[in-house]
Amino acid sequence: MEPVIVEISCVEVWREISNYVDDDVERDLRARIELHLRNCGHCRAVLDGTRNTVRLLTDGEWYPLPSGFSERLFLRLSSECRKNES
Amino acid sequence: MTRNAGESLTQDELIREICQGQTELFYELIRPFERTVFSVAYSVLNDVAEAEDVTQEAFLKALKGLPSFRGESKFRTWLIQITLNEARLRLRRRGAHAHESLDESSGTEEGDYIPRDLADWREIPSEALARKELQERIEQTLLSLKPIHREVLILRDMERFNTEETSQILGISKDLVKTRLLRARLQMREALAPGYDGNWTAEMMGNRRVRPW
Repeated sequence: MEPVIVEISCVEVWREISNYVDDDVERDLRARIELHLRNCGHCRAVLDGTRNTVRLLTDGEWYPLPSGFSERLFLRLSSECRKNES
Repeated sequence: MTRNAGESLTQDELIREICQGQTELFYELIRPFERTVFSVAYSVLNDVAEAEDVTQEAFLKALKGLPSFRGESKFRTWLIQITLNEARLRLRRRGAHAHESLDESSGTEEGDYIPRDLADWREIPSEALARKELQERIEQTLLSLKPIHREVLILRDMERFNTEETSQILGISKDLVKTRLLRARLQMREALAPGYDGNWTAEMMGNRRVRPW
């Protein structure tokens, strides 16, 4: 007899979508999510959008360090070290 | 200690040397973490100048506290915990929003976040977003997030700490990390990709137009 996969709602899928992107849902829940995704375009879109968002954030360096940042940090640390030596 | 040209010390060796008095090696130790420390400070303070200030303070604290770093957590995690504390201290002194960013354990999470259906193609801008626009939109969206969500998003997705590390750094449960990350990601998705959902990729940054039709 085939295992029955309990259906879940869109709301439940959205609640888990971030974990799903991280491959962090247990097997049964994952099966339910995937069954739902086969039949729901909106949730598929939410999944794709979330995945792409994460990819984008992890790919890029979105924080340009202010120019001169490293030099100023180095100077500050150096002067502090010198202070402690004297 | 003499080094051969081109031979660099490991992190542990650097720490040992610094604790034995070679404090001038400290910058070499922390250089790989400059950006991460700045990002975390900025995530709390939302101000570049203050974030830079706090970054320097955090590294100075780390230098002083280095002898007591026992390696129970990763060095990077330890550094970021110091940074977070410094940043929140600064925020408290600033006065405003103190209640917002410090309530990480208050447990008053909002209900489900309903992701909008973004399949309205009339919302698509006439040209693909250039990288600069993208950068601005990400920054603006980060600014608009609640601090508890912004911190998690930056730690998990931008600085790539895992859930366990993030929960350690923020002092919250792993479940709470995941819940907040969910909301942050959904909000960021809406801000970045009206209409694009399925077609938004990092390739967009190269100005290639991707259309579903």
